[in-house]
Amino acid sequence: MPGRSPEALKLAAGNGLLHRRLFMKRGAAALGAGSLGLLTALPSRAAPSWMRAPGRPMTGYGARSSHEDAVQRLTASVPGTDGCGISLTPLQSLEGTITPSSLHFERHHSGVPEIDPDAHRLLVHGLVKRPLFFDMASLSRYPMVSRILFLECSGNSSQAGLEPEPVTDTCGALHGLVSCSEWTGVPLSVVLDEAGVDPAAHWILAEGADAAAMTRSIPLAKAMDDALLALYQNGERLRPENGYPVRLFLPGYEGNMSVKWLRRIKLTARPSMTREETARYTDLLPDGRSLMFTFPMQVKSVITSPSPGLALAGPGLYQISGMAWSGLGRIARVEVSADGGATWAEAALSEPVLSKSMTRFRAAWRWNGAPAVIMSRAIDDSGAVQPTRAAIIAEKGMNFLYHYNGIQAWRVGGDGQVTNVYA
Amino acid sequence: MSMRSLGALLLTVFVGSVAAGEGPGLGIEADPREVAAWDIDIAADGTGLPPGSGTATDGAAVYARHCLACHGAWGSGGLNDALVGGQGTLDGPAPLRTVGSFWPFAATLFDYVRRAMPYLEPRSLSNDEVYALTAYLLFLNGIIAEKQTMDARTLAKVRMPNRDNFIPAYPAAQLERIQPEAPE
Repeated sequence: MPGRSPEALKLAAGNGLLHRRLFMKRGAAALGAGSLGLLTALPSRAAPSWMRAPGRPMTGYGARSSHEDAVQRLTASVPGTDGCGISLTPLQSLEGTITPSSLHFERHHSGVPEIDPDAHRLLVHGLVKRPLFFDMASLSRYPMVSRILFLECSGNSSQAGLEPEPVTDTCGALHGLVSCSEWTGVPLSVVLDEAGVDPAAHWILAEGADAAAMTRSIPLAKAMDDALLALYQNGERLRPENGYPVRLFLPGYEGNMSVKWLRRIKLTARPSMTREETARYTDLLPDGRSLMFTFPMQVKSVITSPSPGLALAGPGLYQISGMAWSGLGRIARVEVSADGGATWAEAALSEPVLSKSMTRFRAAWRWNGAPAVIMSRAIDDSGAVQPTRAAIIAEKGMNFLYHYNGIQAWRVGGDGQVTNVYA
Repeated sequence: MSMRSLGALLLTVFVGSVAAGEGPGLGIEADPREVAAWDIDIAADGTGLPPGSGTATDGAAVYARHCLACHGAWGSGGLNDALVGGQGTLDGPAPLRTVGSFWPFAATLFDYVRRAMPYLEPRSLSNDEVYALTAYLLFLNGIIAEKQTMDARTLAKVRMPNRDNFIPAYPAAQLERIQPEAPE
């Protein structure tokens, strides 16, 4: 094939994994346009109907193509409620790193409140010199920062790895309690400084304005370090399901702590021991004791394509694409295996690679049509390596529920169907 | 250094710190009475518990009216979580995490019920009703006696069975400073 670089097509690991250089510089050209399984043919008609009449007019607020309507969050509610539950980002249908706001995962404890921003106030009180109220118009005048950051529920992925037998569902159904957005807001430290932090304060209690009035305790050190009072998500005001008009955002920490619909911050000497940080979000160990305050989300990756529901059409060249993230820092490297972990090739990372953000990785794989097990493992710049499922279970058992970050293995059958396997 | 140049230096430092990330100072000083109305949380040591009281006997009626549909008779679970039982299961293959088997602090129960329950009508129960419900759930779990009155003083002293089985992964949690005394 013209343009193909022999060097780029050199095998990088067993069972058909090609060198990551394939995705750098001339990489796409090296593959040849028609050879990627995900490309679809253009409409064959030389002059389709949409070229024979003017298109629809402009709109005040855009919407996606109706042909994409099937890309939806998967929702699940606690029995007896319709607003206490989760919705999961359809990771298998997305590319790049930014999650569309409409597809950002949700976890609500009592539905999505409809808050009038003009009636909403944030109270900062407790161990401060001056208890202060802030209205939303005032907050908008404060200095802001923008950061691209992932948010992950600490219960994410547990169904993928902590069931007795592997459950096969879409990548989003198994791992979709993670999303990534650009968040813009006021550094919490600025507001706390204005209130005047008492030296006796070591924690804050954050409370939401939902019907659950959800609360979490957060170390003051984190609040003063990089916590945001987020007002914007992906350039526009927060979506109601993401905390409109203001949410707390704690980069890298388990999602539950980034309290939505933030109404109150109380500075305290000690953690308040709310229901959410005692009865929930504590990791039960085999000896019956539980880890508490396991805040940072650990390094993780998952292959989003191929994945269950995205069957391979037949032997040939495919793109392996996935996401990697770490609450401890930047992704340093992602490795991919196509032979069940016997050999690994380094994947290409798509820039920018940001701290506590989502990183897209890609690798090229020549599938020979035989059953194969593909997997990815991420390493972050703190040196943390994504562990195997077996290593995690040996350490923490099967009942810890939160912070599961084991390597995800997908089995590609001879028929091209993809299933979840424990490998 | 002359006073004038010292003053200029201080002014420079002050202006510099404003530019480095202070806000425009738009916070509105909060009236203590208004703060008190917002300040609903109860700390693990019982700080913040309001006046009022209740017993398990009173709580059984409140439970039947507001809780039973989701949490089942005697807190055995139904549409939603079991609230009773599970003690001794946490180190086994099928741990049952309930108020009795898992929750480390009794004050948390009051805090959570008052802020978030009943699911369809949060903040609708009186403090007496919340104390009574708390007493009922503690009684069903074998933690207090049926006739024992729960109020701000007695609830703060209740020692939960799983109190000492949490390991703080965050070093400055100071767990040992919360409810440090052994039960009476």
